[in-house]
Amino acid sequence: MAFDVAVLTFPGSNCDADLRWAVNNTPELSARAVWHKETDLGAPDAVLLPGGFSYGDYLRCGAIARFSPIMNAVMEFANSGGPVLGICNGFQVLTEAGLLPGALLSNRDQKFICETVVLGKEGKDTAFTKGLPETLRIPIAHHDGNFFADQDTLDRLEGEGQVLFRYLNAQGERQSGAAPNGSVHDIAGICNAAGNVVGMMPHPERASDPALGSADGRALFSALQGFLEAK
Amino acid sequence: MNRALPTDLPIDDALVKEHGLRESEYAHALKVLGRVPSYTELGVLSVMWSEHCSYKSSRIHLKTLPTKGPNVLIGPGENAGAVDLGDGLAAVFKMESHNHPSFIEPYQGAATGVGGILRDVFTMGARPVANLNSLRFGSLDLPKTKQLVPGVVAGIGGYGNCMGIPTVGGETRFHESYNGNCLVNAFTVGVVAKDRIFLGTAAGVGNPILYVGAATGRDGIHGATMASEEFGEGTEEKRPTVQVGDPFMEKLLLEACLELMQEDCIVGIQDMGAAGLTSSSVEMAGRGGSGIVMDLDQVPMREQGMTPYEVLLSESQERMLLVVREGTQDQVKAIFEKWDLHAAVVGRVTQDGMWRCRWQGQEVAAMPVPLLTDEAPAYDRPQSRPTWLDEAQTLPEIPEPGDLGAVLLSLMAHPDVADKSWIFRQYDHEVGTDTVVKPGADAALVRIKPGAFGQDDHGKGTKYLGLVADCNGRHVYLDPASGTAGQVAEAARNLACVGAVPLGLTDCLNFGNPEKPDIMWQFAQSIVGMGEACRAMEVPVVSGNVSLYNETTVGDTTSAIHPTPGLAMVGLYQGKLPQLNPTLPAAGLQIALLGELGAHLGASIYLYHWHGLERGMPPQVDYPSERALHTALRALVVSGEVPYLHDLSDGGLAVALTEACLGGVGAKVTLPQSTERKDALLFGESHGRAIIAFEPSKLAQVQALIGDVPLTLLGMSGGDRVVIDGLVDLPISELDQAWRNTLPEFLS
Repeated sequence: MAFDVAVLTFPGSNCDADLRWAVNNTPELSARAVWHKETDLGAPDAVLLPGGFSYGDYLRCGAIARFSPIMNAVMEFANSGGPVLGICNGFQVLTEAGLLPGALLSNRDQKFICETVVLGKEGKDTAFTKGLPETLRIPIAHHDGNFFADQDTLDRLEGEGQVLFRYLNAQGERQSGAAPNGSVHDIAGICNAAGNVVGMMPHPERASDPALGSADGRALFSALQGFLEAK
Repeated sequence: MNRALPTDLPIDDALVKEHGLRESEYAHALKVLGRVPSYTELGVLSVMWSEHCSYKSSRIHLKTLPTKGPNVLIGPGENAGAVDLGDGLAAVFKMESHNHPSFIEPYQGAATGVGGILRDVFTMGARPVANLNSLRFGSLDLPKTKQLVPGVVAGIGGYGNCMGIPTVGGETRFHESYNGNCLVNAFTVGVVAKDRIFLGTAAGVGNPILYVGAATGRDGIHGATMASEEFGEGTEEKRPTVQVGDPFMEKLLLEACLELMQEDCIVGIQDMGAAGLTSSSVEMAGRGGSGIVMDLDQVPMREQGMTPYEVLLSESQERMLLVVREGTQDQVKAIFEKWDLHAAVVGRVTQDGMWRCRWQGQEVAAMPVPLLTDEAPAYDRPQSRPTWLDEAQTLPEIPEPGDLGAVLLSLMAHPDVADKSWIFRQYDHEVGTDTVVKPGADAALVRIKPGAFGQDDHGKGTKYLGLVADCNGRHVYLDPASGTAGQVAEAARNLACVGAVPLGLTDCLNFGNPEKPDIMWQFAQSIVGMGEACRAMEVPVVSGNVSLYNETTVGDTTSAIHPTPGLAMVGLYQGKLPQLNPTLPAAGLQIALLGELGAHLGASIYLYHWHGLERGMPPQVDYPSERALHTALRALVVSGEVPYLHDLSDGGLAVALTEACLGGVGAKVTLPQSTERKDALLFGESHGRAIIAFEPSKLAQVQALIGDVPLTLLGMSGGDRVVIDGLVDLPISELDQAWRNTLPEFLS
């Protein structure tokens, strides 16, 4: 039986269908849409929070979505060690909910940026990143993806291998300031201390098909498949 | 029957004039009504008879356009047009202007333009899958332009990105004729199962009329009338007539409407766009041949003390009007409540052919529906060919520049040619995971995922929509008929470069003041040219929009924009994913020209930019050879043997060749022997041409695929320079820098 992957839909989510499509294109994974007004997640094997503009992002991005009825169940699932991935707006919701440290500020130049970036994969193994290649080409599309955390948090993230993705320059090399949005330490994705909750600004679902120019993002969904099969 | 309210202003000549009604128009209203209209009715007549809503100057001309064809499911007159994609699917699309609001308040003006066109498409049951836009601004070094561009681009992005509809392409040009009047034309295409298309009709006597979406405020009152006037000093004071957008609300409205459309509740549905509740209810009654009665006090309002006049004329955004089957009201309301939206019953369908409105039980308007629709004023306005055209269409003596490389370098930096990624990087063009050919190409290609709309392709392969928006205002300015015809040809050529067969087009006709005979002549001629080209190329016009009065008065001088009949064309490619590259993919490829060599100097960007001349006739279209070229291009795409195709347009062969090299792989070519001027060979804008690149070993296959279309072998790809033997020899890096830096330098 296929693994049950809950994909949340908040009002204003707009990458939920894309994410379900990418999940369903992965062997052994089956996506299930979960409406934000639900209070029960069911018994999923993983929970994904999609990109979009939950509640229009008129307040801080993700600040209202974290109060959606479903979020209590998500917190419970995360705290019991279940694998959770937030992409773009989903990452913002996870930081607002306190499941991930740091915050996503407005991009350095105050403009929305949609382009394909080169990411370096590093840090500890997680359900979504184990076995990923060293570099991946994946698009970003956001106005508020400028990751920020205080120095202590940064030290901890760096020291504990919680930085999972970093923006590299076009040649795929580490270069300070390579993040197009101004993120501190060029951070594009992180996990919590336990490693089961992952957040990232780039959209792996948009790079999960060669027709779209890159299939590098597939590796995250395959990693989840491998993790669930090994469990 | 007493229609006067305490808040009504007394009707006198001054008030009638203030409402933009001519004496003859007002006399017509008096005659049909048999009485003086109420204040509320006067407001309604003012907007419904405005140029923007009534098309009174353009209607008789638009009727001459070809609107039928084997693929046309719905032509002009509905919220949007629809063409058949086969296998039970339809594409629904339209383009619309939001010029005047965007000039006054660029962010909200552009944002609500996108919001309006999205509603036009999803109101028909189609899920929007892509946006395009066509933008015109004044000179790039003008302070006003530097304010407008970032605002308009952020507004388009702000709305489309939040809605989750990818903005996959478009075009932006700059010219001093737009200094006082920018153009913002927004296009949306959606996909729907063709037996699930909904229309904007009010039918079924007694059926309830529901208002859904955002509450009504005082924003945008008389927006349609404002859009039907020239700009003068004091335009800034019109800011309150610009609407404010809420894309989050519209996203909820989109999902709620599409969810409701799965049920058997809706009889008719229409968005509230220009002239808001008035035009939506009037047009629905008009199409249904019915009448309508509404209780305006039941309309959800977000401000205190609103009058029926204000409720009717508000252009608050994100609102829809529905006629549903009696008895389904609760089912409809439950779906909207799921999305935290309100739905209120505001009226009923009647059979007396009257449009009636009540306010707290008192009738405040009662007018025959046809008076506001088919019997609205229509004019055959006088036309005359501008006298300046005689001189403008002839070419003076033009010195040939010594250094054509310097010309090329300069042209690459011209804002019309230069890199537009500063703009489209701010648009989410990836959401939906279907953008296969991305912004910056000749045309975008958007996949329709197998089964996404319940379709079965019967083994014919995945469908892709080819999408392009285009208009060369300079060509149209110098000869409206052939200039416009050329735009139709070029749009179809762009689609051919991504393998798509054109199915239909939508237009957005931006012109000056139609009451001036030379402007009216430009408009009429442009329609003649469009009609001729559409017939010759078998591309029907299925929807469109007209924006007139694009003029500005500063001091004693009034100036009109270049005539700009914007076109957006939708095509279909079906089969294996085409392997196309944005630039030359490798060294060692044969580069060839498809079509005649061409050397038409007239109306070119080269003459304008290098010599300061907007002169000469635009290039003419030879339809048989143009169509043969498109057939050849499509065959080459389908074959998979040609990894690079690019149509020739602004800046001609030299610019197209340079664009091919911007990925870093250079080219070394030699032009064939010719007696033509070298500058005309390099930069002339003759139609019917494209460059292609392929493995030299595939030459015989390419020749077999293109039939009788002329093929000229120009040279090979490779190296890091653009070399046109004896004429141009420049490093790609230098050309790339010129091309890349223009927009960021001016706008950042």
